[in-house]
Order: sequence, then C-alpha cells, then structure tokens
Amino acid sequence: MVEGIHDLEMSDDVSRGPGVAVKKTIPILRSDLLRVARLDVSEALRSRWFALYSIVFGGLVGLLFVFGLTESQILGFLGLSRLLVTYIQICMAILPIFVLITTVRSLAGDREAGVFEYLLSLPVSLSGWFWGKVIGRFVVIFAPVFLAMAGAAGWAVHQEIPVPWSLFGFYTALLAALSWCFLGLAMLISTVARSTDVAQGAAFFVWLVMVLFLDIILLGLIVQQQVEPEIAISIALLNPLQVFRTAAMMLFDPSMVLLGPSAFVILDTFGTDGYIAYALAYPIALGSVAAAIGYVIFRRSDLP
Amino acid sequence: MIEVERVTKAFGRTRVLDGLSITIPSRQRVALVGANGAGKTTLIRCLLGQYGFEGRISIDGMSPRSDRRAILKRTGFVPQLPPPLRLTVGQLIQFAASLCDAEPGRMVEVAKRLGLDADALRNHSFSKLSGGQKQKLLIAVALGRDTSLLIMDEPAANLDPDARRIFFELLGERSQHATMLISSHRLDEVAQLVQRVVELDHGRICLDDHVADSGALDAILWCHLELSRSEESAARILAEWGFTTRAEGLCFEGSVPGPDRLRFLGALARYSGLIRNLRLEAEGQPDA
Repeated sequence: MVEGIHDLEMSDDVSRGPGVAVKKTIPILRSDLLRVARLDVSEALRSRWFALYSIVFGGLVGLLFVFGLTESQILGFLGLSRLLVTYIQICMAILPIFVLITTVRSLAGDREAGVFEYLLSLPVSLSGWFWGKVIGRFVVIFAPVFLAMAGAAGWAVHQEIPVPWSLFGFYTALLAALSWCFLGLAMLISTVARSTDVAQGAAFFVWLVMVLFLDIILLGLIVQQQVEPEIAISIALLNPLQVFRTAAMMLFDPSMVLLGPSAFVILDTFGTDGYIAYALAYPIALGSVAAAIGYVIFRRSDLP
Repeated sequence: MIEVERVTKAFGRTRVLDGLSITIPSRQRVALVGANGAGKTTLIRCLLGQYGFEGRISIDGMSPRSDRRAILKRTGFVPQLPPPLRLTVGQLIQFAASLCDAEPGRMVEVAKRLGLDADALRNHSFSKLSGGQKQKLLIAVALGRDTSLLIMDEPAANLDPDARRIFFELLGERSQHATMLISSHRLDEVAQLVQRVVELDHGRICLDDHVADSGALDAILWCHLELSRSEESAARILAEWGFTTRAEGLCFEGSVPGPDRLRFLGALARYSGLIRNLRLEAEGQPDA
C-alpha cells in the first residue's frame, strides 16, 4: 500500500518538495480509499450475489443447528466446537471459490459494462480506488462468514451451551486470512484478465489447482513414489487451502491422524504455535503480494 | 489548451489512433465526429488518462496519465451510455461531489433544471432510472461543479426536447469558461453547439473545419409552420417538440432551441413535400 502513496498523481505538491507531497497525499489516499470502500460495500449490499452469499453462510449455520450438531459428541469434542469444526470445513470447500468467482465476476463485469470508465473519470486516486475496492470487498465477503459464526456463538450463549472462545477466535482469524488470500488472488486475476469469461475461467483454474494439491492427493503421490516427501511437504506449505485445512484440524486433532503425512511433518517441524503463526501469516502475505502485483499492473495498463 | 501530438493507440495489431495530432485552444467548443470505430472514444479515454498511448497529450501543461487527478478535478465527463451503476442517486451525487470538492446541492440544482428531482429520487437505484433520467443525472454531475474542460459523448441523445433546451442553456452558461469536446457519430446532433468540427476516420483526422458561429447556445427560435394537408405522424412529431396546433392540424407554432435547429429541420425533412410555409425567428430579436 505504501507504494501507492508515492505513486499518487499530485504534481502540484511534488513541485513544492517531497515532504509536502507525502503529507498531503496520505490523507487523500485515506479519504479516497474510505470513499471507494464504502461505495463498494453499499453496492454489494444491493447485489444478488451478496444476498445469495449471505443466505448460503447463514443457512449453513442454521442447518448445522437443525441437524443437532451441538448435541452430538464425536471424537471427544461436543457442543459448539463440533459445529464450528464442521462449519470451518465447509467454509474451506466453498469460501475460496465463492470469493474468487464473485470478485472476478463483479470487477471484470463492471469494467466491461463501462462502470470503470465512468467512475475513473472522476478525480479518484488510482491507489485509493484499487485498495478501496480491496477493503470494501473484504468487508463484504468476510462479514457474512463471520456473522454466521458469531450468530451461532450468540445462540449458544443464549442456550447456555459452552462456547469455546479460543477456538472461535482462532477460526475467525483463519477465515479472515483465507478470505484475504483469495481476495488478493481474485484482484490479481481481475486486473490481468480483460473479460469476464477469461477472469472466471482463470479463477476456477486457480481454485482447481489448489484443490488438486491438497494433502490427501499428495499422500497418494508419495505412496506411489511419484514425488519426494520434501516436495509434497513444500507444496502443502505453499497451498493456502492446505495450510488452512491443517491449521483448522490441528486444534482438535493434535496428532493429525485425520490428515496426511505432510500435515504431520509440517506440524512436527513448526510446533503448534509456530504453525498457527504461519497459517495466519502466509495466506495474508500471499493475498497481499497478489493484490500488490494486481495494483502495479492496474496502474500501468489501460484502466477501463 | 489541449495539445495532442502524434498520438498512437493500438489494441493488438489494430491501430485505433494513428499518429493523431490536434490543438484545441482554451474555451473552444469542438465536435468530434466520425463513424463507429473511428477512434472518438479512444481519444476521449486517452484525454481522461484511462489509456496509455504513444505520443504526447498535454492539458493545460499537464499529462493526463501522471497528473490524472489534477486534470479530472477540472474535467466534467458525460458518457454515451449510462453505466449500470448499482449506487443510489444520492450516493452517486455524494461520491462525485466529495471527490471533486463540490457542493452536492449544485448537482441537485442542475438536475432539477433538467427536469429531474434528484432529491426525491435520492434513495432510488441509479440502474432503475429511465435512460433519460440517467443521462440528466450524469450531466448534472458533470455540470454541477466548476470545470474548465467538458468532455461529452453524445450527451443529449437520450434527452427530451425540454431537457435538451435546458442542457443547451447550461452549456451556454459555461461557454465562456470551459473548453468543450462533444463527440457524436452524427454531425447534425452537435453542429450548432460548436465552433469547430473535427472528423475522425480510422484514427486519423480527415476533416478539421470551423463552423460559422451561430450565436448563443441558449438562443431560442420561434417557429411557425403550415402544412398543405393534415398529417398525423407530422403532428405527433411536432407535439413531441412541444408545438401547439390550430386550423385543424394545418398550422403549428412552437419554439426550438437554437442549437437544435438542424435536428429540428432534419425531423421535418420527410414532410418537406407538405410544408407550405416555414418561418424561424430568433426570439427577442425581431430583426434576426
């Protein structure tokens, strides 16, 4: 984001010296960013995809309650932990593809329909525009996921069901990191792909590659001796879906019997705390780098 | 002043602008005409800093790409087709006004003059407005603030006659302060609005000519028209222009905005065989 501050179009201030320019451009970036973020949120609140997205996650938690997951006791965990674990597993399956497809569809679609042409004819800084979109979109994609989970916790408190707050906090952070990661990738894809069809295809391909390189598939490759264990572990560490999956499971399955060998080795190498830190930092870093590359391309290429 | 020097813009192997050069002095009103694909929209996007290009463009000494924000702060833009914005009317006005350091009330006021009550529609979605309402709102956003450059792509295409007249009035109020670049694929739509016509063909200028200045943009012409026989479709068109009729549909009277005279005559062209008498006089100027 700091790059954008220096890249801002403020020739008048620059002529008075870099100190003056930076002092004036930071508030401009911040105010443009907030304006665009607010606009993006209010636009999304009126769109059909957001209604569907919210219904899916809200409905998911509702269904888990209806099926009595809070009362079941499997593998030693019960109450809301059971619900949260199930919820986060489903999130891992649907959140990334939801984030990728809805983001690239709306951004590439807006560009094709002339929305960018018009809104970028207004004096909004490009950094404020791009990062405002990122922030606004993050709020929009993360809020329903979090609110559904928070709603479940609120209901549990009301029903006097014990709430595992540490697990709740960890899962919230993990979901935020996963959302940010795929949002950054979606911003990069939307910037590079010039049409909605290409952007959607690329988004689906990225998701498919990550699904293909989940731990279970890597295990199969190791068993068939088609790949060295070190390579499998490296791939697992680079795949944000696998990182999320391992981190989500490790709190209730410390020995990782449910997961494959790479998860076990990773956990053995990092330790629990180290892996938690990695599982949060890596997806955020990956998403940020992808978004930053997208921003550089956006600035340099044709805008609409 | 706008200076475009040997500007080339290509998409793949297709050169949409091909070494184009033009200078537009401050406060000049220029029509940019040409067929679809001639390069009008591409040139506009280059001026708005939205496209990279080869060559040089300078607007009051600034580059549209590197000084984008400073230039756009003083530029009003009306697109040819209203984009499918998912904002409400109020949000669009607020967003544009806050970016331009303008008073939202001024935009609302311009919209009101054009016949759009933006206050009443504040919470309506922009995308649910009619084509004409959208166009009025986008014009209000462009003209409801201080600008020294107006770039308009077929701005009056969706406007009703009353709104067109007000729109010309608004342009007239700006003509001493702003450079205007009005794009259209039809010369008759814009000829009376401008002092100069630039025609593009395959990314090059094929005509650059001055137009005899037809007077004020807000001039109103009083019109008296007599037909040799009653014709229902002619009466309907004249009613759309706000004309009143008498003598059993043989005689019509009304007023035509000065910049719209060519368009008005074009609308009458197909009934030219029926016209017995046609008089156009500038209102308030009996000797005109």
